[in-house]
Amino acid sequence: MPTVYVNDKPVEIGTEKLNCVQVAAKAGVEIPHYCYHPALSVVASCRMCLIEMGDLKDGKVTMQPKVLPGCQTPVKDGSVIVTGDYAKRDAATKALPYDAAYKPGEKTQKAQADTLEGLLLNHPLDCPVCDKAGECKLQDYSFQYGHGESRMVDTKNTPANKPEISSKITLFTDRCILCTRCVRFTREISGTSELQVVGRGHHEEIDVFPGYPLENKLSGNVVDLCPVGALGSKDFLYTQRVWYLKTTDNVCAGCSTGCSIHTDANKDIVYRLRPRPNPAAQGDFMCDEGRWGYHYTNSPDRITRPLSRENGALRPFDWAGLAKLKESFGAAKKAVAVLSPFLTVEEAYRLGTAFQSIHKDVRLVLGPVPVVGEDDLYPKDVKGRAVTPTKFIIHAEKCPNRRGVESVLQKLQGEVIAFASAVNQPMDALWFTGGYPNADAVNAAMPDNWTAAKLLVVQDLFHSKLMKAATTILPATTAFEKDGTFVNHSGLAQSFVKAIKAPVEVRSELQLGYDLAGKKGLATVAAVRKDLAKEMPQYASLEVVAPAKAGSRLELATV
Amino acid sequence: MPIAASDIKWVEAPKLGFLGQLYLPIVYDGLKTTVSHIFSKKRTESYPEQEPTLPPNYRGVHRLNRDDQDRVKCVACYMCATACPAHCIDIVAAPAPASWTDREKYPETFVIDELRCIYCGMCEEACPVDAIELTTLYDLTGLSREQLIFDKEKLLSVFDITTKAGTDPVRSRSGALGPASERPVTA
Ligand code: SF4
Ligand code: SF4
Ligand code: SF4
Ligand code: SF4
Ligand code: FES
Repeated sequence: MPTVYVNDKPVEIGTEKLNCVQVAAKAGVEIPHYCYHPALSVVASCRMCLIEMGDLKDGKVTMQPKVLPGCQTPVKDGSVIVTGDYAKRDAATKALPYDAAYKPGEKTQKAQADTLEGLLLNHPLDCPVCDKAGECKLQDYSFQYGHGESRMVDTKNTPANKPEISSKITLFTDRCILCTRCVRFTREISGTSELQVVGRGHHEEIDVFPGYPLENKLSGNVVDLCPVGALGSKDFLYTQRVWYLKTTDNVCAGCSTGCSIHTDANKDIVYRLRPRPNPAAQGDFMCDEGRWGYHYTNSPDRITRPLSRENGALRPFDWAGLAKLKESFGAAKKAVAVLSPFLTVEEAYRLGTAFQSIHKDVRLVLGPVPVVGEDDLYPKDVKGRAVTPTKFIIHAEKCPNRRGVESVLQKLQGEVIAFASAVNQPMDALWFTGGYPNADAVNAAMPDNWTAAKLLVVQDLFHSKLMKAATTILPATTAFEKDGTFVNHSGLAQSFVKAIKAPVEVRSELQLGYDLAGKKGLATVAAVRKDLAKEMPQYASLEVVAPAKAGSRLELATV
Repeated sequence: MPIAASDIKWVEAPKLGFLGQLYLPIVYDGLKTTVSHIFSKKRTESYPEQEPTLPPNYRGVHRLNRDDQDRVKCVACYMCATACPAHCIDIVAAPAPASWTDREKYPETFVIDELRCIYCGMCEEACPVDAIELTTLYDLTGLSREQLIFDKEKLLSVFDITTKAGTDPVRSRSGALGPASERPVTA
């Protein structure tokens, strides 16, 4: 088996083609790096990843005389890597037979400190006002590997900020360390090539062509890619310091790609979404629509309390009235219950079975599936045509869980009824579950001459055409406010935990399912997952998933 | 962690002798101290008629300093709010007004709940730009809780008052501060 030694620790690499940074990560050693990113081409320009390298052959280690960039240097059987952290290695590992005069790690340490000194020559002392502070690689590495002080005697370059490079993103030009990750992203992933390096030497700057701002549907990713605080999201700018944020692992509900994300929230308010690298779902990135599309959660227009219509006027509805509502739904001759594609698998199952238990002939219908335009493939060429290999797809289907809800409907009643076909048939009672981030899909799905059902319960986030006729309006939860599982376009089931609490008067869909089914007590996803696993073999993997701690990541087998 | 039995040392009160049981010598000792104070120099200050002069490192009401252009010096970095053990500082940051060409970020609002504050001075310690300081103002009164929630204007006015009265806190007075407890030489 091919073996590589990282700070004396042997790592088996099998047949993988790896560079030093990747191998070191396997050995649990971090090689600091700026310009290298697994999804982008290697340029080896920042020189932060310098290491010492050699070969173990015939029981002897021959080291190369100078330091090498780890991101650009591939490893092979017998490669020996020595990083600047050699002194911190596990003392239990046996040292390799180095040359007696060789001091492992010494050259690298000096090289790392010198690289950082170079990067900091023109870097402003902006940390107090910089949004990156707290998660900045320049801060971290300077602290860990750098010199304590600056020997720069000349005045620093202070190129002007460029807030005009994009409507969503601003550039603090002087903080840039010219790693060119952002430039390579626009060339290789979005393909739109807006960003470039202009100037020479110490006067190199990131810029856009005049009149061609950074406006593409993946632009927000350059903010995450930027290892320092040079590129900032205008949406997040100065709203929070990053150390106040609590990060939860979630799934984006913006489209059926189902991007794995980190939700950063403080005191139950979402401030920022970031992509969570997951090769099974979307890769390393996420689209702008999802990234900045979380604002509906805090929208002042959101319905946050139950209401009922009495003599044409909306009055607060007491949750105690649910029992009566349930009774009248059960007594209706033709009853229809709509399960929206924004529900989690657990909610759809719980609610579906609950509706079947109150009304034996209830028709379970899949809610309107929002489709906007066509699937958007990246990278694009200069004319905006998609080129292969495809690196990112923004799906036209703007809901996270059509496939999950369909699988539940298939199980519960053997067929999936589309909303469009069900809505035109006469009905006495309609129970509509929503969770739509805007009312467009529901409005579009409602026929103009629709005669409202006598009993119309609508649970949704925003007022829609349907809600105008509702007899009872129930508030809904957003994807950030619940535990659950979404099944994406390819059938990948991803479980997630809730990032924030729902507004106080909102009762979660899962709890509602419990209450409607007449079950006592508080709803837990774990209990529903147990039932699901028993009834639907494709969700068997859900059962073994222990209730997740906030922040742990669960990826489930394909459904 | 429970204390180990070996770490416990039992101490018995000494037995009182005959004189001790009479208590007279102890009463005499106490009276001697009381009576001596009647004749020594008076130390009591008649507050509020007579106000004390406090050392400049006294930790009283906060002030927000102004820079040389009279703008608030604070850059809204939240270091003070992060350091504050009482969680009584609330800041809302915003991009600096366009006319402040040298500044990117400033505090749109800056509020300290002076009632919740424990006057520990952590905020002053944490500030990277010496924008927040604790002054020698200590007689803080108000008719309601709201009155003692100080906003940016109020905190800046404390700066104006203390500067005018010549009672700048230790940091402003001495430029770079030495060991925190030392009383600086005042000019
Ligand atoms: S980029 Fe990093 S080091 Fe530079 S000012 Fe921002 S936080 Fe500080
Ligand atoms: S703006 Fe950020 S990502 Fe782009 S080159 Fe500069 S440091 Fe790198
Ligand atoms: S003095 Fe202490 S308690 Fe008061 S605001 Fe400052 S840090 Fe908070
Ligand atoms: S630490 Fe200083 S600069 Fe930072 S927010 Fe507080 S007062 Fe303002
Ligand atoms: S990460 Fe290797 S040179 Fe930049």
